[in-house]
Amino acid sequence: MKYFLQRIAFYLFTLWAAITLNFFIPRLVPGDPVQSLIAKFRGQLSTEAINSLYVLFGLDDDKGLWAQYIDYWQQLFRGDLGLSFTFFPSPVSQIISDALPWTVLLVGITTVISFLIGTGLGVFAGWRRGSWTDGLLPVTTFFSSVPYFWLGIIAIYLLTGPDSFFPSSGGFDSALVPAWDQYFIPSALQHSLLPALTILISSVSGWILSMRNMMVTVSSEDYITVAHAKGLSERRVAVSYAARNALLPNISGFALSLGFIVGGTLLVEIVFSYPGVGFILLQALGAKDYPLMQGIFLVITIAVLVANLLADLAYLLLDPRTRKEG
Amino acid sequence: MEPVLEIRNLNVEYGLGDKAVRAVRDVNLTLHKGEVLGLAGESGSGKSTLAYGLTRLLAPPGVITGGEVIYHPEKSDPYDVLGLSDKALRAFRWAETAIVFQGAMNSLNPVHKISTQLTDVLKAHDPKMSEHSRNARAREMLKLVGISPDRMDAYPHQLSGGMRQRVMIGMALILQPQVVIMDEPTTALDVVMQRQILGQLIELRERLGFSVIFITHDLSLLVEFSNRIAIMYGGRIVEEAPAGTIYRDALHPYSKGLLSSFPALRGPRRELAGIPGSPPDLAGMPSGCSFHPRCPKAFEPCSTHIPVLGRPGTPDGAARSVACWLHPTEQPVG
Repeated sequence: MKYFLQRIAFYLFTLWAAITLNFFIPRLVPGDPVQSLIAKFRGQLSTEAINSLYVLFGLDDDKGLWAQYIDYWQQLFRGDLGLSFTFFPSPVSQIISDALPWTVLLVGITTVISFLIGTGLGVFAGWRRGSWTDGLLPVTTFFSSVPYFWLGIIAIYLLTGPDSFFPSSGGFDSALVPAWDQYFIPSALQHSLLPALTILISSVSGWILSMRNMMVTVSSEDYITVAHAKGLSERRVAVSYAARNALLPNISGFALSLGFIVGGTLLVEIVFSYPGVGFILLQALGAKDYPLMQGIFLVITIAVLVANLLADLAYLLLDPRTRKEG
Repeated sequence: MEPVLEIRNLNVEYGLGDKAVRAVRDVNLTLHKGEVLGLAGESGSGKSTLAYGLTRLLAPPGVITGGEVIYHPEKSDPYDVLGLSDKALRAFRWAETAIVFQGAMNSLNPVHKISTQLTDVLKAHDPKMSEHSRNARAREMLKLVGISPDRMDAYPHQLSGGMRQRVMIGMALILQPQVVIMDEPTTALDVVMQRQILGQLIELRERLGFSVIFITHDLSLLVEFSNRIAIMYGGRIVEEAPAGTIYRDALHPYSKGLLSSFPALRGPRRELAGIPGSPPDLAGMPSGCSFHPRCPKAFEPCSTHIPVLGRPGTPDGAARSVACWLHPTEQPVG
């Protein structure tokens, strides 16, 4: 329990540090959003309009960095992430909560499927060394070394077109209004297939390789020989003795990859113009939209921290040696 | 005495083809009912390979290239373990021949409770046994080896090395096998714990009546705890005799060398000698008797002809065998 509280304290500190960095970094970038708005309106803005924009965005010079920092924290506690510059006047929290489900569903489901398939194949390949699965390894290694956005571009080039089943961009048919109905859901599924496949193909091999290597390592442990000597069935030895122990590093890898669901597949979303967090982040970056960037980074940070915490908990649960007595 | 396990001309090699290393060569050995048979020798003499070979647990590239391992079950006809199907082999393992392994520390799976590891073997061999009686049996075994049954829910890392090895002994006896192979069971433990555990094992053997093959490089332990001792050198058995006979009157120069490598606790002082040289390279064995380059008494035939294990011409020759040209034999064993 003490260990657990220590972990929580550590995570709270990390969260604070991340939020503080998150606040300062965009402000250190040269240029500001008003400048980019002026550019957007091609200079057809009066001086008063420009001044009021600075006030509106909270960028008026009266306030020092410290005062802005305090304000930022107060807003955070109210759940107010400010107004977006790019999607003015929508609040950042609303933009993120619109984009988040797309990313979480697409990448989340794909990550889970990839982990399950990869680990399963890895167990098999590690246990049955020398079978056909060994031929699988060079193929998967090849795919894992291909960047997934490039794979996405190739997929769009080869598989999409006017007559193709696969749409080349977007999260749903633009003629439809997002709703949980029989028109929208199939369309959303259809649009998610290609990006999902791209992520799956490029990420599954990592799981296969790490699981296979751990299986090979664990297979030479003494307790595996003992399990064979006990006359346990091959299946029982493979699953309950070898795979159970080999799984441990993969589980923490999996928990960590859950943290990168929100921010990790930026490029796939950009390639497929998928309406997720990564796509929004790209737009925010282009427009120097501090509040939106900060909001997205905040969500990513929290996701990574929560995933880390989950990894810690999973390890406590699965490996009795990490538990402290009492 | 009735035999339980007869090893006939067993050969084990590591690797295939020309590069194969013969780790066990033409070994003939019989384990009788209720006896403790000691198997001694230096590292690399093939003791453990012999044990893994006769239970078919050799990890690749180990291959059994010849021989028979005849097992005599309590109630049915004897059969060759090396000829069993996979299914029959699984049923044979642990129920007839259990093993206590070298690494007390690593023999238990760190992520499963002691209770799980004790009961899964019951489940595998008797699927009809109820969970309640499985647990009861596991508790009984822990009590038998002197561990409080409330340690059932402990994980291996919560037990000391001695306790873990005792759990392993309890696990080995859980199906009441006729044969228990102990492969350097106490190597990782201190001397006090070694004696305590072996003493307990001998007591259990007297109570339950199983036979033991006890493998170690520590001849002093064997002299004390076993009935008969077989000495291995370079993959072959070079001498086999009752424990007392070996201790008092070893015939093979290698056995003598081993015996003079450790001090006796009682009795007259004697010089500690050791054996000069180092164990043979199994890939490039010397011709003739593999011990001849290190043997102080080597003479002509030793470097050219392999001595056969057989009854020596001594008065007690009927109960022992030796493979040495100093004691030529007319009656090969096996």
